[in-house]
Amino acid sequence: MMKRILTFLSTVLTAASLMATVAQSAPLRIEVTQGVIEPMPFAAPLFVAENAAAKKYAADLTKVLANDLVGSGVFREIPSAAHISKITNFNTPVQFSDWKAINAQALITGAVNVSGNKLVVKFRLFDVFAQTPLGDGLQFVATTSSWRRMSHKVADAVYSRLTGETGYFDSRVAYIAEEGPKGKRKKRLALMDYDGANVRYLTNANDIVLSPRFSPNAREIIYTSYETGSPRVFLMNVDTLKRRILGDQPSMAFAPRFSPDGTKVVMSLSERGNSDVYMVDVASGNKTRLTSSPAIDTAPSFSPDGKWIVFESDRSGGQQIYIMNATGGAAKRISNGNGRYGTPVWSPRGDLIAFTKLNKGRFHIGVMRTDGSREKLLTASFLDEGPTWSANGRVLMFFRETAGVNGAPSIYSVDVTGRVLRKVNTPTYGSDPAWSGLLE
Amino acid sequence: MINILVKFSTLVILAVGLTACGDKFNGNGNGNGTNIGIQPGSPSDPTSLAYFQQTIGDRVLFAVDQSTLSPEAVGILNGQANWLLQNTQYVVSVEGHADEQGTREYNLGLGARRASAARDYLVDRGIADNRIKTLTYGKERPLAVCSTEECWSQNRRAVTVVGAALGS
Repeated sequence: MMKRILTFLSTVLTAASLMATVAQSAPLRIEVTQGVIEPMPFAAPLFVAENAAAKKYAADLTKVLANDLVGSGVFREIPSAAHISKITNFNTPVQFSDWKAINAQALITGAVNVSGNKLVVKFRLFDVFAQTPLGDGLQFVATTSSWRRMSHKVADAVYSRLTGETGYFDSRVAYIAEEGPKGKRKKRLALMDYDGANVRYLTNANDIVLSPRFSPNAREIIYTSYETGSPRVFLMNVDTLKRRILGDQPSMAFAPRFSPDGTKVVMSLSERGNSDVYMVDVASGNKTRLTSSPAIDTAPSFSPDGKWIVFESDRSGGQQIYIMNATGGAAKRISNGNGRYGTPVWSPRGDLIAFTKLNKGRFHIGVMRTDGSREKLLTASFLDEGPTWSANGRVLMFFRETAGVNGAPSIYSVDVTGRVLRKVNTPTYGSDPAWSGLLE
Repeated sequence: MINILVKFSTLVILAVGLTACGDKFNGNGNGNGTNIGIQPGSPSDPTSLAYFQQTIGDRVLFAVDQSTLSPEAVGILNGQANWLLQNTQYVVSVEGHADEQGTREYNLGLGARRASAARDYLVDRGIADNRIKTLTYGKERPLAVCSTEECWSQNRRAVTVVGAALGS
């Protein structure tokens, strides 16, 4: 009994001293690893327009940046109606007490200047309670047409300073824009900002296109198209829209994905009904066969260090997830729960593998460790499919298709804890999202 | 595209780049299992396309996740093989499909497997390999669009699409 009390006391003391230490020295920080239950409140007062031309941009920039932060589920915005102070001059000292009074833990101030088509955005981040700046102020310069990217860059900097993780907002998503009735869907390859803005269509709707994926620098997209009459893997430059069939594809090819260094592509080739995984050299087109089982071996994805490939195979009956050396050879099954597992994608952090799970007539997006342990299902619906990772490995996008004769797909995002699920609005139906890394 | 230009007092300047920012088969290639360019004719004329499609049956169905031929499928493929042996001016494309209850890429593999199962049987029955092409549509071209087994069973199919041979 005595011992138990002593243990209890020492635990309390340790906890108390830890808290004291934290209060003294730790910068404002929110942990995203275990899932954020209480988002951190921040204020982002309207960025100061330093000239008349900057007014419109100041308002839009502030809005998009706040949407990024709120959309992550990690932060909560204190609405401007509650603000006591206004920021009218970027360089005037901040009245911390006014922001503390409305419980804003973080304060983001900014200023915008526009001359011609040149846009200059400055911002600072403050820890309100400690009354100190968090990191240096930053200034971004760009053309006015890329103003949204400036917002995303500011949001990435804020996210990074407050979470200790890299951000993911200044990124794009390649996806398949779908229109028309379910039996005769028209599909186009499309590109958008991660938040659904700036949609561009890269192909017409004449041929079925599927499963685009970005090259590491996001300048090229590899995807499956039926434009020759049967499925073939094409490589397209996003700027010129020039495209070519990658290497020698004697028969059907699908499920392509780049290696982390961008020099190779793994994909499935189907010969006489048997689908196997091949590696194709992007420059030479030379291909190497990596699997040779009578099973359907598909959906290959590299580990971030390029040494391993995770893929799905039905060699043991139903679809399951396997890992093999990137040079091929023996594969080890890692999925071991009930149901079927497909579309494995290795996290850019290297720690997790995202997948689609089919069990008892329901589809789930989930994550597991690379040894198959600690499986966690993040979503459930009639049809959830095709996860793709954010640049920082903390969020996944996927598509959700509704059931029935009018069933149609939409793109969603969910964080790896499963707490923050959001629809990404697109002008048409959307499927097969592929998320780029942070843009350069 | 971002260059760090200057670091002054507490402001770091970053600049973002200002400029940043074939072999089509004679079928219609849409996976609908229909033919173009050939007159369908009458279902009672054994040499007609309509006879092939409607009287013999141009499609075989599969069980969930399976590509093995059912006895019924074998019967239909026997009819198709006999017709093709009689009507040698035609080539065919066997299009494999899957229902929506599967992931896209796996279903492409499954469609390929189903098309191949039908093709292999036709070859066994004496049809020249080079008269038969296979194609997979996965779950991209459902024939029936409800989300119940009634529709799914119609979508798990391999459709033999007849086309005119080159030079015929």
